[in-house]
Amino acid sequence: MHPFSYVAPKTIDEAVAVLEKNGTRARPFAGGTDLLVQARANKWDLDTVVDIKKIPETMSLEVSQEGLTIGSGVPCYQVYNNEQIKKEYPGIVDGALIIGGIQIQSRATIGGNLCNAAPSGDSICPLIVYNAVAHISGPSGSREVAVEDFCTGPGSTVLQNGELLVKIVVPKPNAGSGTAYQRFTPRNEMDIAVAGVAVSVQLNNNGDDFESVRIALAAVGPTPILANKAGSSLSGKPINDDSISEAASLAKEEASPISDMRGTIEQRKHLIEIITTRMIKEAVKRARG
Amino acid sequence: MTTNTTNIHIRTKINGQSYEFLAPSYMSLLDALREIVGLTGTKEGCLDGNCGACTVNMDGRIVDSCLVLAAEMNGSEIETIEGMATSDGLHPLQKTFLEEAALQCGICTPGFLVAAKGLLDNEPKPTERRIRHWLAGNLCRCTGYDKIVKAVQKAASDN
Ligand SMILES: Cc1cc2nc3c(=O)[nH]c(=O)nc-3n(C[C@H](O)[C@H](O)[C@H](O)COP(=O)(O)OP(=O)(O)OC[C@H]3O[C@@H](n4cnc5c(N)ncnc54)[C@H](O)[C@@H]3O)c2cc1C
Ligand code: FES
Ligand code: FES
Repeated sequence: MHPFSYVAPKTIDEAVAVLEKNGTRARPFAGGTDLLVQARANKWDLDTVVDIKKIPETMSLEVSQEGLTIGSGVPCYQVYNNEQIKKEYPGIVDGALIIGGIQIQSRATIGGNLCNAAPSGDSICPLIVYNAVAHISGPSGSREVAVEDFCTGPGSTVLQNGELLVKIVVPKPNAGSGTAYQRFTPRNEMDIAVAGVAVSVQLNNNGDDFESVRIALAAVGPTPILANKAGSSLSGKPINDDSISEAASLAKEEASPISDMRGTIEQRKHLIEIITTRMIKEAVKRARG
Repeated sequence: MTTNTTNIHIRTKINGQSYEFLAPSYMSLLDALREIVGLTGTKEGCLDGNCGACTVNMDGRIVDSCLVLAAEMNGSEIETIEGMATSDGLHPLQKTFLEEAALQCGICTPGFLVAAKGLLDNEPKPTERRIRHWLAGNLCRCTGYDKIVKAVQKAASDN
């Protein structure tokens, strides 16, 4: 591993200053479960790691009337052990629960999962279907980016030089909505998604029609994909096998996977269709309570 | 090399005892334990978070010490395999691992013991499913896992 220096600033401004000064040779350090592995593999010439966990804003985890705020330094176990989050944001918990094993979850953050921008990142698709927003601070101030626009390619994001993800805000879901995420892996734990699907549904007042639906696909493109056609095909449709299978086959078309050691293009597309079907049904079940 | 690496001043508690030392800014918690503190019970397997041989308890949570920086030890409390047995004898898990022959070469054992203790400390009566799930971050190439799970179940049944 290339030797690097370690700083643990206590404010966002200090962190941004160090990041800006060092450019690509400095990186924010949250749980380190991607960063240290990639640093050992010499993915970058790293001079400085900036531990963000001493900054109060990155460590906040809060459920309020506006929604859920997940600081970028908060480890997964704190998210999935929170009773209110379990009840109100089950799709976020679905993702957080399957990142690595228990040791990894003690450290790995949802913010790090997003900034690492792996197409298979298990927390990203749930964030997308919940309409979550990334709050970023940088040398020229703060800005907000929808999570669906955050990843720009495998391992790359909208973050510019000196910018730091401070927190992710998930808007409070309306009554009559439900969200679920599942992935396929050969092993139950400690594995990387071959394909994954998150679905969020908003039902009408009677609970028998879809009002609006968002579907996002993991590990089947250069970034997590918001499957717009599949989601909007369900707007105003009755909840039945026909409408659901049409949406699932559209999701299959919107997937653009590659073949690699984890799976072939065909297998991945097939999985997307099946998991989309299951997740729509699961999200409906959750919406109906 | 252009980097200004620094030595970080660390004050920490390991197995209840206070330590103070300097560690390079890029050193892992695993290497600090083994090379600076001299506690070599914690093992290195994969160095990438997959095997769990390096598991220690940090502030009440099990972590892979290969994926934590020594710098982060400052102000924290660490428990390692060396802290499991006391002057009264072996920890119940250490006893049941021996009774159930839950180890062969033994390289994975410290990690499994520290991880299993992390479970039983908080959940004294876990199901077999829960035990298998909890220990999914620990790999063993020798035992086939069943004996390890049995040993943890046996220790739990005495709780
Ligand atoms: C054994 C193992 C199993 C794993 N299993 C899974 C899995 O099942 N599913 C999955 O999705 N992932 C998995 N991962 C990958 C990893 O654990 C996750 O991506 C994790 O969420 C990363 O979070 P972190 O806090 O550790 O990030 P870090 O490693 O700290 O950071 C990741 C990247 O994001 C950057 N970064 C971090 N925080 C910020 C910030 N606030 N602002 C800007 N940039 C930032 C870092 O510079 C780095 O490039 C696994 C990893 C390991 C080692
Ligand atoms: S050496 Fe740390 S997990 Fe394998
Ligand atoms: S006893 Fe040899 S690896 Fe587990």
